[in-house]
Amino acid sequence: MTIDWQTFTPWSSLFGGVIIGLAAGALALRAGRILGVSGIVAGLAEPDADRLGRAALVAGLILSPVLFGLVAPLPALRIDAGWAAVIAGGLLVGFGTRLGSGCTSGHGVCGLARLSPRSLVAVVTFVVAAMATVFVLRHAI
Amino acid sequence: MKPRFALLVGVVFGIGLCLSGMVAPSKVLNFLDVAGAWDPSLALVMGGAMAAAFLPFRLVRGRIPAPGRRIDLPLVAGSALFGVGWGLVGLCPGPALTALGRADPKAFAFVAAMLVGMALHRLWSRGATKTPPAPVADDPS
Repeated sequence: MTIDWQTFTPWSSLFGGVIIGLAAGALALRAGRILGVSGIVAGLAEPDADRLGRAALVAGLILSPVLFGLVAPLPALRIDAGWAAVIAGGLLVGFGTRLGSGCTSGHGVCGLARLSPRSLVAVVTFVVAAMATVFVLRHAI
Repeated sequence: MKPRFALLVGVVFGIGLCLSGMVAPSKVLNFLDVAGAWDPSLALVMGGAMAAAFLPFRLVRGRIPAPGRRIDLPLVAGSALFGVGWGLVGLCPGPALTALGRADPKAFAFVAAMLVGMALHRLWSRGATKTPPAPVADDPS
């Protein structure tokens, strides 16, 4: 393993992570809710009282790079994967996060911060599966 | 979730994603590529987010349902499928939504496929939980 010091951004990544954690913490404190993006997106299909709140949170996420771009340059954002990989990846992410009850935000940020053993198993599983996928794509074929 | 507060949380969370570099698929893939030139930044994103969210979640313990404890096949299989999709493209649900704000056609395709994956899971789990009509018990009298 070699660390690429050219692309390593310790301070902006740590500080960005803190902002992510504070947003999740604020939602838990004020609304008693877990900030899990996959669950919130899937919940848009549920016609209950919280639907408008979920739609507003999704709208905020979509707006955020526009606002960020006003004050600082956005990082390189190109999606390099081909169209077939994009479609397959989207299907797997959608189905997998529902079957596994969470993604990087719900299991990763919130679950680990709550010391949930279920979330720890989920995070280890999806990180290892993602690393294996990248290994196969970049080094094995 | 009050819509105005949820919108603010979404914006702040998304700004954290932008600043941290999580929104850049290439940066995510370089983190997942442990056999290549490894960029460890995203470990700091997770660490910072967990540290910042830890205290808020401590404070709401008891006010929100405790995380489940069951480690089962759907958790592991779902997380593994999600991980493969994440590794194929470098996008998980949160950054995929922020990518929409940059009007990238591949981001729209990814999110559309993700929604289809979620809908497929909904259909599939409904079919799986549909129980056959209970057999009429023999009357012992």
